[in-house]
Amino acid sequence: MFDDRSPIYLQIADGIKNDVLSGALKEDEQVMSTNQYAAFYRINPATAAKGFAQLVEEGVLYKKRGIGMFVSPDAREKLRRERRERFFTEVVDPMLAEAGRIGIDVGEIVRHLGGAR
Amino acid sequence: MIELRGVTVRYGTTVAVDDITLDLPTGKIYGLLGRNGSGKTSLLSALASYRRPASGVVRVDGADAFENAAVMRNTCFIRDTLDANDSDKVRQLMCFAGWMRPGWDADYAAKLLDLFEINPAKRASALSRGQKSAVGVVLGLASRAPLTILDETYLGMDAVARAAFYRELLDDYLAHPRTIILSTHLIEEVADLFERVIIIDRGRLLLHEETDELRGRGVTVTGAAAAVDTFVAGRTVLGEQSLGGVRAVTLDWRPSAEDVTRGEAAGLTFGPVGIQDLFIHLTSPAQRLEATR
Repeated sequence: MFDDRSPIYLQIADGIKNDVLSGALKEDEQVMSTNQYAAFYRINPATAAKGFAQLVEEGVLYKKRGIGMFVSPDAREKLRRERRERFFTEVVDPMLAEAGRIGIDVGEIVRHLGGAR
Repeated sequence: MIELRGVTVRYGTTVAVDDITLDLPTGKIYGLLGRNGSGKTSLLSALASYRRPASGVVRVDGADAFENAAVMRNTCFIRDTLDANDSDKVRQLMCFAGWMRPGWDADYAAKLLDLFEINPAKRASALSRGQKSAVGVVLGLASRAPLTILDETYLGMDAVARAAFYRELLDDYLAHPRTIILSTHLIEEVADLFERVIIIDRGRLLLHEETDELRGRGVTVTGAAAAVDTFVAGRTVLGEQSLGGVRAVTLDWRPSAEDVTRGEAAGLTFGPVGIQDLFIHLTSPAQRLEATR
């Protein structure tokens, strides 16, 4: 589930963000408690708590005192906006760089994308 | 808070623990790592007040822990000997623990013995190495001591028993949070459970850090020798390897996204360094050589 490439709390935050984006977690839906999460994924609860705290700080989750943590109503829209801004630099530009290395020109890519439409 | 102040343990002229100062906030799971002979058991013996340090002091919640009945009642130190007589039966060991430990949970102990398939009628001397460790786990967990120290309490346990141990450790900690210190050589299989890691080397404290901070802390940069050298100039090198014109250098450094982009543009590739690899790099003789150069 988790790897050693980056801190686990960041991997937890990314996983939950993906669930929000995909709709697996709906707005105002309650997420697992940190203890449930730690027991399920077999990690230290402080690590899980740090991941959740990161999401609260970023506004993806909100806390209801004494009840638990929930998905913010605007979380999905906000995450989509952020990911769309990064889409060209993180997905398209590396693809163009690789295409350049192996001699595929942009026209060929556009034709391929046209076929996929 | 558990405080170690300048703790030194000597055996004759051998210095096993060399002036270690540590602050351990309570309620966390700690992993103590170190190579064979690095002083782990000596440090834990001093921490548990089984041994008076040659110098220095151990304080638990402000009180000197040595010969302190109130502190010792709440300290459970499991060593490989189990501190049992050969003629003691497992059932008797559980009984003794029940008398000594205010938090002892006899039902939980019985459940764990069952889980590890230990016959309570067996004598301590008749237990295999793995069964002995399992009994140590039972004594350590069912004591529910506010300070629980497990010194390599997995020796001889097979993979199934170790998995059961880690599962019980986490579940019981979640239900009854307390300070747990585990020493281990099996870093990869248990590191996810540690909130903090302590690494000692040749009796000295090398590192005390949140476990998650160690993930992604090291990086291996690979590429053409000249490009690698230019890129890593001025950074702490943990290890390096060359083959033909290719060089791979492991660094104690967390590169930013911009660093990676810049490196990749120069034809370099970046690989992660796991906690176990980081430990190997930090404590291997080659690294010591590097550090003293």
